[in-house]
Amino acid sequence: MTQTLLTLDNVCVKLGHGETAIQPVDRVSLAIQRGETYALLGESGCGKSMTALSILRLLPQPIGRITSGMIHLGDRDLTSLPESEMRRIRGRRISMIFQEPMTSLNPVLTIGQQIAEVLSQHHGMKGRVAQDRVLELLDAVGIPDTRRRFREYPHQLSGGMKQRVMISIALAGEPDLLIADEPTTALDVTIQAQVLELLQRLQQKTRMAILLITHDLGIVAGMADRVAVMYAGQIVEEASRDCFFGNARHPYSRKLFESLPEVHKREHALDTIKGTVPSLDRVFTGCRFVDRCDYAWDLCHSRIPDWNRAEKGHHARCHLLDQSLSVPASVAGVRSDSAIAAAHHSRGERLLQITDLKVHFPIHKGIFKRVAGYVYAVDGVTLSIPRGNTQALVGESGCGKTTVGKGILQLLRPTAGSVRFEDIELTTLKGSQLRKQRSNFQFIFQDPYSSMNPRMMVGDIVEEGMIAQGIGRNRQERRVRVEELFRKVGLSPEHAQRYPHEFSGGQRQRICIARALAVDPRLVICDEPTSALDVSVQAQILNLLKELQNTLGLSYLFITHNLSVVSYLADRVAVMYLGRIVEEGPVAGVLESPLHPYTRALLSAVPVIEADSAREIIRLEGDLPSPSNPPRGCHFHPRCPEAMDVCRTQYPGETRNDDHSVCCFLHQ
Amino acid sequence: MMPVILWTDALIFLLAAVVIVFVIYARSKPHLRAPWYRVFTGRIAAGSVVVLLAFVVTGLLDSVHFRLRLENNGNHNANHYSGEVLSILDVLLGPIRTRVEKTYSAPFATHLFAKETIELDDGTKVRDYPRLHYGGQHLPDSGEGKWQDILQRSLLAISEALLASALILYATAALLGRRTARSAREMVLAIWRRETGLPWRTLLTITTLLLLLFFLVLNLASAFHVLGTDKVGQDVFYLTLKSIRTGLVIGTLTTLIMLPFAIFLGIVAGYARGWIDDVVQYIYTTLNSIPGVLLIAASILMLQVYIGNHPEYFETTVERADIRLLFLCIILGITSWTGLCRLLRGESLKLREAEYIQAAVSFGVAHGKIITRHILPNVMHVVLITVVLDFSGLVLAEAVLSYVGVGVDPTMNSWGNMINSARLEMAREPVVWWSLLSAFLFMFVLVLAANLFADAVRDAFDPRTRAR
Repeated sequence: MTQTLLTLDNVCVKLGHGETAIQPVDRVSLAIQRGETYALLGESGCGKSMTALSILRLLPQPIGRITSGMIHLGDRDLTSLPESEMRRIRGRRISMIFQEPMTSLNPVLTIGQQIAEVLSQHHGMKGRVAQDRVLELLDAVGIPDTRRRFREYPHQLSGGMKQRVMISIALAGEPDLLIADEPTTALDVTIQAQVLELLQRLQQKTRMAILLITHDLGIVAGMADRVAVMYAGQIVEEASRDCFFGNARHPYSRKLFESLPEVHKREHALDTIKGTVPSLDRVFTGCRFVDRCDYAWDLCHSRIPDWNRAEKGHHARCHLLDQSLSVPASVAGVRSDSAIAAAHHSRGERLLQITDLKVHFPIHKGIFKRVAGYVYAVDGVTLSIPRGNTQALVGESGCGKTTVGKGILQLLRPTAGSVRFEDIELTTLKGSQLRKQRSNFQFIFQDPYSSMNPRMMVGDIVEEGMIAQGIGRNRQERRVRVEELFRKVGLSPEHAQRYPHEFSGGQRQRICIARALAVDPRLVICDEPTSALDVSVQAQILNLLKELQNTLGLSYLFITHNLSVVSYLADRVAVMYLGRIVEEGPVAGVLESPLHPYTRALLSAVPVIEADSAREIIRLEGDLPSPSNPPRGCHFHPRCPEAMDVCRTQYPGETRNDDHSVCCFLHQ
Repeated sequence: MMPVILWTDALIFLLAAVVIVFVIYARSKPHLRAPWYRVFTGRIAAGSVVVLLAFVVTGLLDSVHFRLRLENNGNHNANHYSGEVLSILDVLLGPIRTRVEKTYSAPFATHLFAKETIELDDGTKVRDYPRLHYGGQHLPDSGEGKWQDILQRSLLAISEALLASALILYATAALLGRRTARSAREMVLAIWRRETGLPWRTLLTITTLLLLLFFLVLNLASAFHVLGTDKVGQDVFYLTLKSIRTGLVIGTLTTLIMLPFAIFLGIVAGYARGWIDDVVQYIYTTLNSIPGVLLIAASILMLQVYIGNHPEYFETTVERADIRLLFLCIILGITSWTGLCRLLRGESLKLREAEYIQAAVSFGVAHGKIITRHILPNVMHVVLITVVLDFSGLVLAEAVLSYVGVGVDPTMNSWGNMINSARLEMAREPVVWWSLLSAFLFMFVLVLAANLFADAVRDAFDPRTRAR
């Protein structure tokens, strides 16, 4: 028995007034059934969050408003309800959880108080009754030791715990619909798997509907019943999950699949979507995707495509599906073939060797700033990177992988161990000697928004390193080189006269790459260079990195938590857990036959598109322990499903098999 | 005529020169010109700039000092100069400056404010309001027809102002039109419809208002004391105008003295951390725990003793007052850098962890370069905002210090001294309100214009607000 819970009928949202107004949501229609999970998929800025906010009538005030269309919850039109009525719907019939659990909880109220607030608001529960219900809810979202947590403040909880608390607040009103806006984007994969499983379990129990907003195809594949793809404010395709993953019809949806990095695409460049999302302040006369579409023909520019039916329950906004149109023959089979075969580089001689690297941060306490302990961020890491190869370093946030990168560059001075670049020991270099060496190794940061000085023009930013390293005799020569670099990373040289904020995220990351290349480095440490970017932009950056490696013979140390990127780009991979490497080996070996239980869990927690029923999912319990107080014995044993007695007392030594090494007692 | 260059004059003109050089420099750099252009396209900001300019011009006119040569008696060749130091403003305001009444008189009054015993021509004595010597001289003794006269003069002033602003409008339009190859007529229309890049309509409206005030004063002040007279009969309008310079000097020179301490120590402490940070923190915490007024009082009293013991260094009273003003600025600067320093230390502590600083370090950029190229430009908005907020605070601090008796020299015209004297005036019955009101009005307009302008500058220079 299905029954429609929520319908959106041609909803339009406008932000701002006059000529600068934009329309982030344009004639969106969708219907959510009771008990189903409806996924709204799209890249950043496509209007998916605005759609969700318009349902709750929480658009940013005073600039946002619903200009037309109707939103029906059951048989009530939410757009015409007075605000006082609306308050009774929010939290009671429709709840929402947000992306960032760190900022969605009030830091000065206890967990218990925040959940009880919803109970008293919607159910009039007070005192003991409310407290019992809160404990029940905390229990339902899988928080252990509920009586203690009840009195704790948000800062005492980890990220995953906070998101659980957020979910329990959302559930307190017993809503019919839960809107989850990127509920796991800020969390690690193992925690993400816990939260997604929780949502599924709760849905089965309460039969509430979930509107899941995400950009991750893997999550959609694992969770959704129906999928809608949004692009530039419109839904461009809607289908059931199986239809969508089996046979996506809209060129944009297909491109999304093709731009995902995967193992079998290693030999080719990733398919990218050319151009950028059109700005939403103009009136469209044709298809919104036309400028980026490989299949576009004249008609796509002049006529807005209808909501065409592909099969039952599967629609797409594309002329290709319109039976009444004859598609020009020249269009039908066009396929952009940008495959640049990756030149196979043999394992070159060793470029960088780090041995037993340790970076400990002292914790100061008391009035005299006595050292009360250490954070063992990196605790004995040994790694070597050959010339022209890519070494990946994967692990969850807080495991110390970025610290390794900064320790190599001497941005953080290691506490112990050695970092040898060719024949030079970097840890003992000081001042100008170290400065001279810096052109050999460069860093690309995670967030392209904060890694450039907002007050300098990008040309000057790129030039800065050259001046510091004395590359180029004069300004003229350096300028020529900057222009050359801009062309190399796919930007126009005229862009040099602009400021960073005038560029999109992908363009900024290109500038950061150009900046790193300006000093002719031989080793580039990439710290999650694509995690702040959309899938299609990520593909562009990965292609660029690969191409640069082929032409310039660069070595990469690729720090990431994204295993599909690793499988596409890296030659070797090291898995880090709590400051130590637990497994290291060639990509194929580690990803296909992982030895360490942590690697196995990590791999199984990644949401994948191919629904493989045989795949066994290992759910890890708990969170990453604090690096200031690591568990005795093997660091992983409290979460390890295969822990033995010996794991609790001793740290396992390294076992080496060919060139695949692992630290685990299971393999000794 | 012998030019007299006071210390503060020299510093003010140095500051003006720096500003002019910066303007010329910024015009040639597109990335500096663009945000400043954005500042001036805001209507409120453009209006404030006109008002500020009026203040600054007054202040600058009042900063060119000289001594007039006395008439040579012919008995010897040496030139003798008057002991009185005048400024260009004094000369321009000549009549207003010299027409001193006996004591208080209300704005536009023809008679004194208080009754006195007057001896009539026939020798009898009556107690009445005495006639003013200068205010309303052209009117009959009864003061009849005063308002009609004021109205006539005002109308004349309005027509003069309109005429002048029409001329300015036409000249502006012609100049702008020449650049865009349009006739002046078209340009006037474009200005009226706000079709120009810069908000010329607002600029010209504010200019018209200022011209109106100027002509009103020109017409009325020659016949009346438009803002009344003070206790010793000096024209309050003249005193208020003279106070502009004091206010500007205190507001700008103090910041000029404070900025190097605050910026250097703050950034170095935040960037270097470790023991340098500790030392800087100890300095400003210690300085902050000494009551500022005590420190200022001590220094000013010491200075006063020094001046008293060395009269030979100071030829005129103005020079003496000026050295006291300069020291007040220095002392205020030394005691007031701690707040900004603390802000900048926090800001650079945050910035040194920013990824673009890390990127610069990984390029091997030297520390000094990192500070000047990356940290300094990114804390400038903090400096700018603090400076402008301090500006109003300093003008007020001057008033407080004058009240305690350790402010500027009592012979120096300042809003602080005016407000200080208003303490007694407000206690009189009937109340003498005009000194306080005029000081307040001028201070209010200056501070408001400065704040509005600073807001616009910050909005234009902060990249985060610009992206929206």
